Amino acid sequence: MSTSMEAVASAARADAPPAIMLDKVNKWYGALHVLRDVTLNVALGERLVVCGPSGSGKSTLIRCINRLETHQEGTIKVDGIELSDDLRALDAIRREVGMVFQSFNLFPHLTILENCTLAPIWVRHMPKAEAEALAMEYLERVKIPEQAKKYPGQLSGGQQQRVAIARALCMKPKIMLFDEPTSALDPEMIKEVLETMVGLAETGMTMVCVTHEMGFARQVADRVVFMDRGEIVEQGPPGDIFENPRTDRLKLFLSQILRGH
Amino acid sequence: MSDAAIPTAARSAPITMVGPIAWVRNNLFSGWFSGLVSMLLLFLIVKWALGFIEWGVINAVWSVPNNQTQACRDLKGTGACWAVITEKHRFILFGTYPYEEQWRAFISILIFIGLFIVSAMRRFWRKELGLIWIGALTAIGVLMWGGVLGLNYVPQERWGGLVITLILATFGLAFAFPLSILVALGRRSKLPAIKALCVLYVELIRGVPLISLLFMASVMFPLFLPEGMNIDKLLRAQIAIILFAGAYLAEVVRGGLQTLPRGQYEAADALGLSYWAKTGLIILPQALRLVIPPLVNTFIGFFKDTSLVLIIGIFDLLTAGKTAIIEPAWQGFGIEVYLTVGFIYFCFCFAMSRYSQNLEAELNQHRVR
Repeated sequence: MSTSMEAVASAARADAPPAIMLDKVNKWYGALHVLRDVTLNVALGERLVVCGPSGSGKSTLIRCINRLETHQEGTIKVDGIELSDDLRALDAIRREVGMVFQSFNLFPHLTILENCTLAPIWVRHMPKAEAEALAMEYLERVKIPEQAKKYPGQLSGGQQQRVAIARALCMKPKIMLFDEPTSALDPEMIKEVLETMVGLAETGMTMVCVTHEMGFARQVADRVVFMDRGEIVEQGPPGDIFENPRTDRLKLFLSQILRGH
Repeated sequence: MSDAAIPTAARSAPITMVGPIAWVRNNLFSGWFSGLVSMLLLFLIVKWALGFIEWGVINAVWSVPNNQTQACRDLKGTGACWAVITEKHRFILFGTYPYEEQWRAFISILIFIGLFIVSAMRRFWRKELGLIWIGALTAIGVLMWGGVLGLNYVPQERWGGLVITLILATFGLAFAFPLSILVALGRRSKLPAIKALCVLYVELIRGVPLISLLFMASVMFPLFLPEGMNIDKLLRAQIAIILFAGAYLAEVVRGGLQTLPRGQYEAADALGLSYWAKTGLIILPQALRLVIPPLVNTFIGFFKDTSLVLIIGIFDLLTAGKTAIIEPAWQGFGIEVYLTVGFIYFCFCFAMSRYSQNLEAELNQHRVR
């Protein structure tokens, strides 16, 4: 398994240092052990899909990567910088890591354009005109430039999620995290969001996606990680994981997912 | 079949369905019982209104010569004695401010009202507004105190009336509101010392009546000051009001902060916004919009609570009104004076209330689909 994994990683970008490094990461919510000795490297340009049953710790895992959650043991390095209580390091990491949430989390009191220009202006100190031009470029790319003057509440769920992707991209991140981006969407809107994500994958962006969309995983993922009860159970190329599951836990999970679809 | 394809021409709804006639039918006379109640209430309203007009306008005495209130007393309560207002309005508005100098207090009131109007207009909501406030308040200070620019010095003890009410309310809320935002944010801080300090402040101040705070400010506080040092009594009352209003407003603001979903904080964090950028651009704009009704409710409450300063001998609008009718000639005409003073309070409070409703509708437009 590990040889195929390394082959995939090196195919993505030879000899580059890993974009994300997790080493024996542990996390507890009170007495609940939610991440158990998670060790994971994500290469620059790699597309990683994390799946697993609910409560398996997959969301917690990617929320630890930009420190929306703090881990208690082990080390996490993003873009070579170690996550710690050092606020300057945290700011540096958050500038380089974009995140897309299940519930979009657009700012409802700001227009679509303002949602996209806010961080470039206030974090990257970009002039307003430049930030707006950049935002329009990305809104164009997610195919909703005509909605720029509207408020999030006036858009459909699929459109809101595409705005959320554009908003994250406006910071020109090196890494993009997706936390179940299609789980809150109606079926007919899932497709437009997945298409946007496929388009993004084709640009060579480093992506970590928590998702149950197996079609998406097959199409773009270099590697699929299966988590259960806070630990990584299996990982490998999507073909291996979906066709030849080796553990009972993965087999059970796949049968439930397939039945659900 | 082909008939169905032709759309029926739209026609206006029958007169019994829309417009004022329909409204009256549906709301006042929808059945025999509601019709009866409507008629009864209408009768009472008309009777009361006619009675008030008779007392307040037809039988009223508008002025009397040289404090000779016999004409008023002859009415025996059948008509209003507005002469007391004609005679005493300057005392009610300006208190014991020197008579020849009262134009200064009058201009101060006008500056206050102008300041409120300018601040209410959204097109003035930019950085320059702060300068306008500093300029206006400085001008009011110069006018009231004098001692410069050829104006005679008027000690603070002689200020009174509406100016005092406006000073206490304006400075009170202008300082208490920013203070309350800081305290509300502090109560949600992850730093234990800051959090404890804010909780202590809110609970301590909220736990005592405003009157006892005013007493402390006027009687106890000077005992702690070194010999010879004296802080103005009005300023001490002002600080007590700021602290008191701040504690109440802080809880209103905190209520707004708590309604925001965690996702808004997380999205702002994930974008790398600093704490102050996140708070100033994402959290507060949303939280404050949501609490406009309870905020204005508290503002209106404090505007009227400034009248409690009478307890420490400061002449605000209400105290000035009360004092105006102490003179034997004018005793017994309290109703007229209190109606007038009440009307002045009502004008300010009603303006605040109406304005807040417009502001709420305007600022929450993004919620309308």
